[in-house]
Amino acid sequence: MDFSRVFSEAMPLLLNGLKMTVIASLVSILIGMVIGLFICLMKMSKNIVLRAIAGVYIWIIRGTPMLVQALIVFFGIPQLIQLAVPDFRSNAITAGIITLSINAGAYLAEIYRGGIMAVPKGQSEAARSLGLSQSKTMIKVVLPQAFKFSVPSLVNQFIITIKDTSILTVIGMAEVVNVAQQYVGSTFVYFETYSIVALMYLAIISILMVISNFIEKKLKYEEKKSGK
Amino acid sequence: MASNSRKEKIVVTNLHKYFDKNEVLKGVDAVITEGEVVCVIGPSGSGKSTFLRCLNKLEDVTSGKIVIDDYDITDKKTNINKVRENIGMVFQQFNLFPNMTVKKNIMMAPVELKKMTKEEAEKKALQLLERVGLGEKAAAYPGELSGGQQQRVAIARALAMNPDIMLFDEPTSALDPEMVGEVLDVMKELAAEGMTMVVVTHEMGFAREVADRVLFMADGGIVEEGTPEEIFDNPQNERTQDFLKKVL
Repeated sequence: MDFSRVFSEAMPLLLNGLKMTVIASLVSILIGMVIGLFICLMKMSKNIVLRAIAGVYIWIIRGTPMLVQALIVFFGIPQLIQLAVPDFRSNAITAGIITLSINAGAYLAEIYRGGIMAVPKGQSEAARSLGLSQSKTMIKVVLPQAFKFSVPSLVNQFIITIKDTSILTVIGMAEVVNVAQQYVGSTFVYFETYSIVALMYLAIISILMVISNFIEKKLKYEEKKSGK
Repeated sequence: MASNSRKEKIVVTNLHKYFDKNEVLKGVDAVITEGEVVCVIGPSGSGKSTFLRCLNKLEDVTSGKIVIDDYDITDKKTNINKVRENIGMVFQQFNLFPNMTVKKNIMMAPVELKKMTKEEAEKKALQLLERVGLGEKAAAYPGELSGGQQQRVAIARALAMNPDIMLFDEPTSALDPEMVGEVLDVMKELAAEGMTMVVVTHEMGFAREVADRVLFMADGGIVEEGTPEEIFDNPQNERTQDFLKKVL
């Protein structure tokens, strides 16, 4: 066992990779949450065109592997763009974040939609009867309650996004798995290196789970106070 | 303007409402004047709740006309949100916002719709809570209150917009029997103050005592209407007689 060697040689590298993993996940989750909200509202809109666009988006993203999506975003689409802009170069980080974001967006849209549908109809009727417009009703009354219903699924999606960053090693984004691969390529200390990588993921996701438990407990307390 | 001295608040003409192919309202006509308290009674499935919900367009109308204070709400060009500001509604299931305190529930609409500043709305909320006998519950969440208390908060919330019409959709049907009285008391006070009220109810005692006029609905139409004395003591229509025999 050569853990000490990996620690001394590769730790700075791995921590850099981990930093990239965390940053890419966070940025993608944030962008994905915004995309998801728009797609969700489109899918619930009365406008059939908006509904169709959202439906197709979710269909394609959920129906294809993220690995293939990453390859298309990083290699495929730039090729098309180069037809018009010959100097265009794709960048692994940007492509990676785009892939993660559109992916998370599709799943988050469905999570939001489930949350919105879980809010009793009487809530929006009460708001509308007071004179609030449909959009104000959504923002002030429905979405805050929908968010609460969605928290467990949201956390689950965050965990998936964090782990999915590892897929982006195929396009050479320098996240933690990618730097680990580079290190073992010359040193062959597979077991130790990849074990450390696994523990790093486990640590990050554990932190997320602690935070989410805290939030859920807090919301549950409020729920108890407010009786459901 | 009507020929009588009181102003017409709600004029419903030949109202039809379908849910898919099911005709729930089959041509309802009604006029409700300012300050009038109208109780709508009838068997379940008679369309009385649907009728009420059409009055503030929570249900879309299939055909016919509803004019509230000279605003034709069946006209697509009418800004329904503006009209609704003057129509308070109280629901069977209370529908308080569970994630807001009682005070926030009441303040929300006036503040969001810029009818009042936060300070004014807060003052108004506390005033209204005092009025429905819940002055000490301002900071509570709806889930901490009994059904009767929740419904009184719901009435206060509807009153916060200073409406001149109040709609009640079976406001006591979801309550434990011992809490019905406290809600009806608040409604009686409102009626005494001259609020125009349309009340769908199973509380025949309330209808008899408070209503100026009672509408008996059955099978999607108004079968009989009159003063409480006329309806309860001397019903003319067979279906009214039949219904009252069952509930009284």
